[in-house]
Amino acid sequence: MAKITMTVNGRQVSGQCDDRTLLVHFIRENLGLTGTHVGCDTSQCGACVVHMDGRSIKSCSTLAAQAAGADITTIEGLAANGELHPVQAAFKANHGLQCGFCTPGMVMTAVDMIRRHGGQLDEATVRAELEGNICRCTGYHNIVKSILAAAAEMGGARVAAE
Amino acid sequence: MYETNYHRASSIEDAVKLRQAAGEGKYLSGGMTLIPTMKQRLAAPTDLVDVRQIQDMKGIRVTGRTVRIGAATSHFDVASSAELAAVCPAITGLASHIGDPHVRHMGTIGGSIANNDPAADYPSAMLALDATIVTDRREIAAGDFFTGLFETALEDGELVTAITFEAPAKAGYQKFANPASRYAMTGVFVVRRDNGDIRVAVTGAGSSGVFRHKGMEAALAGNWSPDALAGVTVDASDLLSDIHADAGYRANLVKVMAKRAVAAA
Ligand SMILES: Cc1cc2nc3c(=O)[nH]c(=O)nc-3n(C[C@H](O)[C@H](O)[C@H](O)COP(=O)(O)OP(=O)(O)OC[C@H]3O[C@@H](n4cnc5c(N)ncnc54)[C@H](O)[C@@H]3O)c2cc1C
Ligand code: FES
Ligand code: FES
Repeated sequence: MAKITMTVNGRQVSGQCDDRTLLVHFIRENLGLTGTHVGCDTSQCGACVVHMDGRSIKSCSTLAAQAAGADITTIEGLAANGELHPVQAAFKANHGLQCGFCTPGMVMTAVDMIRRHGGQLDEATVRAELEGNICRCTGYHNIVKSILAAAAEMGGARVAAE
Repeated sequence: MYETNYHRASSIEDAVKLRQAAGEGKYLSGGMTLIPTMKQRLAAPTDLVDVRQIQDMKGIRVTGRTVRIGAATSHFDVASSAELAAVCPAITGLASHIGDPHVRHMGTIGGSIANNDPAADYPSAMLALDATIVTDRREIAAGDFFTGLFETALEDGELVTAITFEAPAKAGYQKFANPASRYAMTGVFVVRRDNGDIRVAVTGAGSSGVFRHKGMEAALAGNWSPDALAGVTVDASDLLSDIHADAGYRANLVKVMAKRAVAAA
């Protein structure tokens, strides 16, 4: 048992857990943030994706102890002041989900992808970047559409702000 | 996962000391191989010594054509290094096709070569580039480092701290990715140096891991072009056969990937 401290969605949090506790279980069970899902548990599906120090990672394949001291963002940390993040809004507008199980991971992956590629995202890049995220429902088509729509909207917003 | 004790090392010396003090300990870098293996209970180290945040083991340095990559440098950082792409785009391209973005954000070059998975990408680059593997106690030539399936020349407790190599005149890497895992079903890294030296290293195909193909090296020494490989035979008897591809299929892939790698170099 160890006491672990990290920043989650801008708030400093601590919890007691085993050294072997996975980050996803720390987030779901210690912190009660159940938006981050466990899909495959074999590092393949990406339902568990969160951001650690600004980069997308699979929280099912990372120990909570490895994340001690880090800055974590989960799906709950995206919407500011009760307003959906542009990526969340685009998934809603473009019907980018069916059952929704993969969606938190897809959205966190999309936010990371858009941050890295900005306005240069095209369909082929989005599909290649989704390599680590599996959806059993949608056939991906509307997920890709949602991400492209969000990238256009966010890229546009950035240009407008400059 | 069985119980384990986690330690975060602050320096190379600290890591080696922590590892020595541990019973059946292991180094932990990106964890992208070790944590899934522990979850499946295929590994049960008593202690984990986390080396991912050791500053002396991170980052890329290019001095002239000499390249040094810290062992704890992530695949993403290798893939996105403009400095490295300027002298050896084949290795940044290789890193950009390992697994998926999340794996590339955590997984490290040191972890990949220490693990020496027969289907991993980096071992072929290390062998073809004639890289030197730097550890806490010595330097090992890549040709002596990869000794078999998941086997390396590393001693118990020996820590890989960096890899170094001279950027060659030309280098290319092409892999036929397993459609599910993205590991190399066959990958070929080719290198040509200004003095005429040629190296062809094959991953994903050999039944004892990464290997050099001397027949292809000889053919390319006479004529550096994809066509030069047309007449070379690839012996299937030492190649892997599994549910993904049998040895004969892999033998053909070795040739096709080598041709593409030369074309891309
Ligand atoms: C979904 C998925 C897809 C993947 N696809 C690919 C792919 O396409 N191609 C590919 O090549 N790989 C692939 N990988 C593996 C990935 O590249 C791993 O990052 C890599 O193999 C191990 O690096 P790591 O830093 O994560 O090491 P860890 O998992 O932390 O460690 C691996 C082993 O190396 C030892 N070790 C780690 N660092 C050191 C060190 N500095 N000195 C000595 N020993 C050390 C550890 O003790 C352990 O035994 C994939 C992994 C996943 C989960
Ligand atoms: S639950 Fe983490 S990758 Fe599937
Ligand atoms: S919407 Fe059901 S798994 Fe993707």
